[in-house]
Amino acid sequence: MTNQTTVHLTIDNLPVHVPAGTTILKAAQQVGIEIPTICYHDYCTANALCRICVVEVKGARLLVPACTATVQENMQVNTRSERVERARRTILEMLYATVDLSEAPEIEAMATAYGVDRQRFPLAEPRHPPLIDDNPMYIRDYAKCVLCWRCVQVCAEDAQYTYAINFKGRGYETQISTFYEVPMPESTCVFCGQCVGVCPTGALKFKRQHLLEVGYSLDEILQMTRSERSGRRRREPRNV
Amino acid sequence: MTQSTPPAFESTLSSLAPQGRTALLPALHAAQEAFGYISDQVAAQIAQALGVPLAEVFGVIEFYTLFHRQPVGEVLLHICNDAACALAGADTVFKQIAFQTSEASGAGQAPTVRVEKSPCLGLCDHAPAVLVQSLPAKASPAQTWQDLVAATATRPLTYVDGDVRLLTALCGRHITVSLQEYRRNGGYQALQMAFEQAPQSIIETIKQSGLVGRGGAAFPTGLKWESAAQAPGSPKFVVCNADEAEPGAFKDRVLMEDNPHAILEGLLIAAYAIGASKGYIYIRGEYLLPYRVMQAAVQEAQAAGLLGERILGSDFSFEIEIRRGAGAYICGEETALFESIEGKRGFPRLKPPFPTTHGLFGKPTVINNVETLANIPLILRLGVEAYRRLGTPQSPGSKLFCLSGDVNRPGLYELSMGASLRHLIEDLGQGMRHGNDFQAALIGGAAGAFATPQHLDVPLSFEGLRAVGIPLGAGVVTVFDSTRDLRDALFRLARFFAEESCGKCYPCQLGTQRQLEIMERVLEGKPLPTDWERLQDVGWTMSDASICGLGQTAASAILSAMQHWPQLFRPPKELQ
Repeated sequence: MTNQTTVHLTIDNLPVHVPAGTTILKAAQQVGIEIPTICYHDYCTANALCRICVVEVKGARLLVPACTATVQENMQVNTRSERVERARRTILEMLYATVDLSEAPEIEAMATAYGVDRQRFPLAEPRHPPLIDDNPMYIRDYAKCVLCWRCVQVCAEDAQYTYAINFKGRGYETQISTFYEVPMPESTCVFCGQCVGVCPTGALKFKRQHLLEVGYSLDEILQMTRSERSGRRRREPRNV
Repeated sequence: MTQSTPPAFESTLSSLAPQGRTALLPALHAAQEAFGYISDQVAAQIAQALGVPLAEVFGVIEFYTLFHRQPVGEVLLHICNDAACALAGADTVFKQIAFQTSEASGAGQAPTVRVEKSPCLGLCDHAPAVLVQSLPAKASPAQTWQDLVAATATRPLTYVDGDVRLLTALCGRHITVSLQEYRRNGGYQALQMAFEQAPQSIIETIKQSGLVGRGGAAFPTGLKWESAAQAPGSPKFVVCNADEAEPGAFKDRVLMEDNPHAILEGLLIAAYAIGASKGYIYIRGEYLLPYRVMQAAVQEAQAAGLLGERILGSDFSFEIEIRRGAGAYICGEETALFESIEGKRGFPRLKPPFPTTHGLFGKPTVINNVETLANIPLILRLGVEAYRRLGTPQSPGSKLFCLSGDVNRPGLYELSMGASLRHLIEDLGQGMRHGNDFQAALIGGAAGAFATPQHLDVPLSFEGLRAVGIPLGAGVVTVFDSTRDLRDALFRLARFFAEESCGKCYPCQLGTQRQLEIMERVLEGKPLPTDWERLQDVGWTMSDASICGLGQTAASAILSAMQHWPQLFRPPKELQ
């Protein structure tokens, strides 16, 4: 750590000195500049796929994702240029036309900050698959899923090595799915709950929280989930 | 339908098993061929054999359109759905065949037939293109599906011509050049010459030749090789990118079908130059015939000692494995192609790091397009000076152009770089069909831009086209006459990108869908007054912020059309 080279750059005209290998995102944080992110999570592998964190680097042909791009000597970074703002705003507007973001407070705040028109794309076809309620632990409401990949990642090499979920379809039709869409209890899921923990939009939610929100009392919920669990145990003995 | 029986599949699977995950696509192809689809039991069996998590096997099946989770019928027809074939009536053929087959189903003994619309099949000079069980069939004049099945051609007869016949010297005769004939014409002499030099001197030669990649990105080939040669790490790989899927492109198909050894020789020289011991040729899944031709050529080369241990008595050993894609345009993107060979969904990787240092299996890799590799033996045999006499100083050499659409003689034309578009269309393509006027040409494919009558005398070279904001791309020229409604072509481009987006990054995943929705309105002549700004924002966001070349170019043709024909994107007066 002691011999680490220091890199000098400017971010929004502020001089910054950070160790080589630092990402633009972390370097900006050091001088109090918050670059917005959606897919990024401190404890997940960064894939730079939401592109909300893109910034303009002088001399670069394209915008650069701050969450993975590392600082270079004499780099000049602009985190609020016109191109950057257009990209962030348009991505958010397209996202609003696609999924239900009513339980994504961070994205809501971002949308307000960037002057997003939430109805920018009239007549757009949203993704609205039905809610999946197939186990006593959590529900999956992929109409709220922004495909940040975090759940897939923590289920695999980023944490649990369970590999219960992956992708179905591709492009706009992509959805998170188990093997051949089997119900979660028939998958390799161990119900660790880490996917629920990293979901940024309420697409994955603990069953009790979901039941509370749709109006059941605590007693009713206890009854329901208990009988669901014991019922399951009687009818389908676990044979993993 | 089921050529191989389940026991044959079992033995294929156990022979693939030691390779692990990289054998996933070959295993899925074997299952698809054996059973006509991939059931959950078979998928689980493959997962077990290769040591891949169940959900990830599922994810891979779901990514590639040629893999099916449900039985698809005993006869599978693919009908092209892109611009050049649409001009030739592909929609009518589709409707006719689909109607006939729905009539036939339930008629007792008839085989079950499934007709699918497909992205460009690389048979644009044979429009409308149809594949029957993955092999080309002649669709024109429109027939019944029974005729199509009976008329499955062994090979498409592409017209090949040009001012220069170097890359295509042995092409266009509707036969595959055998090893013997290739050698009679000077084949594999360049390899012999390469072995007599140090690898670094070959790299120098390629650098001096000024050759740049012919797959669309136009990166200097010699620099790429040098970077991989100098990169630490072993083993190193060379990969031939034969995932030709740009709508309107068929040049790599013709090179593979007609002269496969030129590609193998180029790949061998690349391998020797960078010190690679293994090479892959990744051929798009829809190209079954080129796949078979290349397989046979590799076997010929092996038998003749041109592949394997100590080639031609040198110290150099090298083997080639051919891989098939499975219906994913994105796998033509080099890092997505690596992912596919590694047995994964074809998601592009973040760059940097670049393939020359972190490529296939994380190792230093050179990946070159088919046409680029076919140039290599030529450069060595002709010498740099003679090679550079062709073309322009900035774009040396010759270039293959895939001419299709409303011209009298669509085909593959080899031109010295710098010839004019007018020359290509009027002299070689024998002018516009039915004597109609030239309206526009889409240059470079779906990821390209439009040329208008004012561009007819622009030189077809990288710098000549760049000066007017048109990418040369892979050399696609799709011509539209003045009777055509370009909104139809633009809509098809938008649909193509929406269907082919991998879905990894938001700008492209969301932008291709939003662009399609707006283009649907444009096609109907009912764009909203605010659609112009919307389309610009979507287009520039995809171009500026997408991860890979697909997203970065998914709006380029539409943005170019907005410049040339703004009225197409505005609501008619009465709606304003």
